[in-house]
Amino acid sequence: MVLPVIKVEDKIIDDGLDKGMEKLTQDRIENVIDQVMSGETGARLKAYVETCVHCGLCSDACHAYLSRDRDPKFSPAGKVKRTMSVILKKGGKVTPAFIRDASEIASTECNACKRCAMYCPFGIDPAYIMLVVRRICHLCGVTPLYIQDTAHSHAVTQNQMWVKEDEWIDTLQWQEEDAREEMPNLRIPLDKEGADFMYSVIGPEPKFLAGLIYQAAYIFNVAGLNWTMPSFPGWDNSDMAMYTGDNEIMGRNKRFHFEAAQRLKVKRIVMGECGHAFRSVYDMGNRWLSWAMPPVPMVHAIEFYYELLTTGKIKVKEKYKKSVTLHDPCNVVRGRGLHEKARYVINELCEDFREMHPNREHNYCCNAGGGVINCGPPFKNKRVANNRVKAKQCADTGAEILITPCHNCHSGMEDIVLGYKLDMHVKFISDIMYEVMEKPEIG
Amino acid sequence: MDDFNSLYNFVSGPLVWVAFIVFICGSIYRIYRLFSLVNKKEKFIYTIMSFKYSLRSIIHWIIPFASLNWRKHPVMTVTTFLFHIGLVIMPLFLGAHVILFNDAWGISWWTLPDGLADTVTLIVITCCVVFLLRRLVLREVKYVTTPSDFVLLAIAAAPFITGFFADQQYCNYRFWLILHILSGEIVLVAIPFTRLSHMLYAVFTRAYIGSEFGNIRHARDW
Repeated sequence: MVLPVIKVEDKIIDDGLDKGMEKLTQDRIENVIDQVMSGETGARLKAYVETCVHCGLCSDACHAYLSRDRDPKFSPAGKVKRTMSVILKKGGKVTPAFIRDASEIASTECNACKRCAMYCPFGIDPAYIMLVVRRICHLCGVTPLYIQDTAHSHAVTQNQMWVKEDEWIDTLQWQEEDAREEMPNLRIPLDKEGADFMYSVIGPEPKFLAGLIYQAAYIFNVAGLNWTMPSFPGWDNSDMAMYTGDNEIMGRNKRFHFEAAQRLKVKRIVMGECGHAFRSVYDMGNRWLSWAMPPVPMVHAIEFYYELLTTGKIKVKEKYKKSVTLHDPCNVVRGRGLHEKARYVINELCEDFREMHPNREHNYCCNAGGGVINCGPPFKNKRVANNRVKAKQCADTGAEILITPCHNCHSGMEDIVLGYKLDMHVKFISDIMYEVMEKPEIG
Repeated sequence: MDDFNSLYNFVSGPLVWVAFIVFICGSIYRIYRLFSLVNKKEKFIYTIMSFKYSLRSIIHWIIPFASLNWRKHPVMTVTTFLFHIGLVIMPLFLGAHVILFNDAWGISWWTLPDGLADTVTLIVITCCVVFLLRRLVLREVKYVTTPSDFVLLAIAAAPFITGFFADQQYCNYRFWLILHILSGEIVLVAIPFTRLSHMLYAVFTRAYIGSEFGNIRHARDW
């Protein structure tokens, strides 16, 4: 099929970048770069920049490079050349305009999906270098406006979407009430000490995807599980501060999250279908807090659904009929190796599962994750144009339903499906599980 | 004749010592500096490192076509493996080199048959031409190429080109011989202080990402 061409603006206007640049002084740039280079980075960055032989073998890893007619400026090494290489070459003496552009490159042209780390013969990790660039831009006060707003929200409310405490509780009770029409004794137990697990979601769920909480509650109630959700801050597992380079807020946020679980004395945390939140809780936020592994055991939804199906707590009444394909989210596949469990779950739930290629660890990124979609509407055309290769990959499966167990992937794939006019619908695993599971009769 | 002898004695005597001392001390210093940086700022790396997964990753990348990216770039894969194999075996197993060791310290070992040595030299030179063409022609390589990449390629190619000319006794044998010894010494000195240091670091960067993927990410990295 012939995919439509998505036009990208030559110059994208973003107040976070443009106004941030105007306020930026030369002194501040140099101080920040010195702080990050001599204080925060170490052996990894040094080894990476001193080992790279500019062979270009990382290029084929990047969906942006492949999507933009193999334009080398979008290759992983190309993006490093346009950002970190200049910073190192000029010893930090770069202009505010350079920082603005570096911020745009690192925040909107790289998803830190780490596919390139799998393609470099030396195992150099360009995504790490891009996150260091974001850190520098954050400390310079030059970050895209929309994602900065979510980071502010994390700082003020400990959730991503400015959800106030009463709104949070109210949303849970609203979903509980709605779900009780379907299952009269259903509960969303708040602050239940000693429950088997705390269910955690991302800020956008109560904000505009409350139905997902309904579905999760329904599944847990049918399975007869002992679970809870906190009524207080710490319920949100998401973390855009991790992606703006605001490590301090990332750490503070994760502390709230882990402490919520500890305060409720739960045995573990089960998180919804989100990829970046998993990365924050499992890999980055915990480590900022000096925990090699999360201080509270935690599992992603894919692992949890796998348990529910293998233990027979959830039974399938009739498998899903429509053809489905799976987009492997990088943060739980390259980040946690959940690809085989995801396939088990989907094959249990669906009749007609079709692989897209490449898949598993070699999946192309959705180009929404890594905070890119959170940079908002100004960068939407570029984001969709930069993932033409994904649209092609999805279209080639011929599937009607595109399953992706990750929020950022989900939103990004919806934009790709619409932008390239693909005849597909995007769903979470829980959407399908809720639809095909054995449900109790309403008495 | 005297001039040649004294120059030859100088480049094959004191300069060799200088080159090896700089190479060995420089390499130790670079690795020491890398580890002292880890100890100072990134100690968490030790919680990630795993011998098993380091080895798993190194094995998948040290065998041609054992990783997906090697398979995607067959020409580059064949070129880079032949080049690096030549780079290691020629200095160590060329008959003329072993004779020098024998003269100096009375030790010797297995050597490459002369015909094979010539072939390996030509293969390495051809590989260097392929590398050069990649830099000049392939868009994604050209874009990230800096002038230093050409210098490094020249440094790596020079001992083979000069050695080949010396061996074939083109024009002035002595001229090529002296250039050959000098270019070999330049390679040794350059390894710790240029991006040729990937010879020292590659095993560590590979081991780290292999451990990160195996130990934390439970995913393959090849």
